[in-house]
Amino acid sequence: MTAALLDVEDLQVELITAGGVIRAVDGVSFSIAEGETVTVIGESGSGKSTTAMAVLGLLPDDLAVLSGSVRFGGTDVVADPRALHEVRGRTVSLIPQDPMTALSPVHTIGRQLGEAVRLRKPELTKRAAEARAVELLDLVHVPRAAEQLGRYPHQLSGGMLQRVLIAIALAGEPRLLVADEPTSALDVTVQAGILALLLELQESTGIGILMITHDLGVARLVSDRIHVMRDGRFVESGEVEAVVDHPSHEYTRELLAAVPVLGPWDEDVAGGER
Amino acid sequence: MTEPLLDVRDLVVEYHVRGGSFRAVDHVSFTVHKGRTLAIVGESGCGKSTIASAIVRLLKPSSGQILLDGTDIAGLSERRMRPLRSRVQMVFQDPYASLDPHLTAQDIVAEPLRLRGVRSSADRRAQAAELIDRVGLPSSALERRPAEFSGGQRQRIGIARALASSPELLVCDEATSALDVSVQAQVLALLEDLQRDTGLTCIVISHNLGVVRRISADVVVMKAGRVVESGPTADVLAAPKEPYTRALRRAALDPTAMTGRKPRSFVTAREEVPA
Repeated sequence: MTAALLDVEDLQVELITAGGVIRAVDGVSFSIAEGETVTVIGESGSGKSTTAMAVLGLLPDDLAVLSGSVRFGGTDVVADPRALHEVRGRTVSLIPQDPMTALSPVHTIGRQLGEAVRLRKPELTKRAAEARAVELLDLVHVPRAAEQLGRYPHQLSGGMLQRVLIAIALAGEPRLLVADEPTSALDVTVQAGILALLLELQESTGIGILMITHDLGVARLVSDRIHVMRDGRFVESGEVEAVVDHPSHEYTRELLAAVPVLGPWDEDVAGGER
Repeated sequence: MTEPLLDVRDLVVEYHVRGGSFRAVDHVSFTVHKGRTLAIVGESGCGKSTIASAIVRLLKPSSGQILLDGTDIAGLSERRMRPLRSRVQMVFQDPYASLDPHLTAQDIVAEPLRLRGVRSSADRRAQAAELIDRVGLPSSALERRPAEFSGGQRQRIGIARALASSPELLVCDEATSALDVSVQAQVLALLEDLQRDTGLTCIVISHNLGVVRRISADVVVMKAGRVVESGPTADVLAAPKEPYTRALRRAALDPTAMTGRKPRSFVTAREEVPA
């Protein structure tokens, strides 16, 4: 067992709202090692996205109060928020939920990707940064990468934009990706391609992934471990097969029962391993 | 089999765009039988919501026929259409945008009753209260406004409003796609109940094959404005004939059908073509 990339212990997040203080995350603990995908699954309002944003230090200081610890390697970013600048983008990057609004509409793909590359390696010349950008787009299987650099976000489909955003996230050469519902704005056939890409990147680079999703199908596919979240707490945690095939908590069973089943089809005949 | 309540023939819908027109629905035909549910499934841009809008005549088709119980409503003027509008009602996708925020739940459901000619305000209120009860909301909901309800509750109000017109055909355009799965399951159960009790005919527009299998007897699979495949839902999902239907079926991730750790074979990489 390698040392954890991320170690979260007893994380609490209180959000200050007009209606009073809400404890959105109420004492959750989990860790992610190299090559692992850990998924937090829950319905709206469960606190799953707040957990991800707290880990990344993206909650506004004046509206969110954090306690507990969030350690990247040895650095606790709850105790020392300034350390976040060293960590964010270099150790950990975010893949956002809606690729259609995450990029600036007035700058080219090349400029936005180039910016991310040079944040990590300011010493690169413009030409070298561009070469690196093409390399990154190749890595995420964007066809005709060099051509795409001159295009604007509105000229690309949602699936292509999500690939570009994954390339931007990878520009800092992070060891951990936080993916906040990365495919819920996409069509199912496009979703399949993005999830396949994440699995492939993990296989080839050993990158750790914190996946946030409401979709049990997505969670079952990509995860090593699953934490089922409800009202700010983990109601069930475990290895993916155990949680999906033998859920021990009533809420997990309800969630699974609520997913409409598709039933068998002719490709099942080939057996489980397709 | 009973006679069709809705018979759509050669439907074409074109939108005007700069420098020409875009054909969103391209010679689509299907029928829906009384008391049955037909699902129209496809991905974004396939034309499924445009078909819904055409059937409820929120837009006028470019050509083709929409026979409602034998009457072609495709080309009817607004004046001729109005008496027929109560017979076909729609439940919208976004429960947050489709209810008037100023009205109480009771007023929202009572409004179509007034249009239907229920003169007495007391009768309207009583019938609205009955409908709100029918969709599973407590009587305390009557005086509350949309902002005070959750997404699932709002969708129930939207269903009650649609039912207030006593429609023969209910068109649900992605009516559960903004909801959590547990809430979605409850709303689907409500639709099934209503159909069993009242013999309502339904068209369900969805991108979710699981929802389609749960709720529909027949399915039309669409891509780029055209019908790719159609037939009884159970048959189409168990043995899809067309490559596109197979791709959709393969991409629908069923958690309980997967085996092994991170089974990448379930999402065999498919290259997309940039727009």
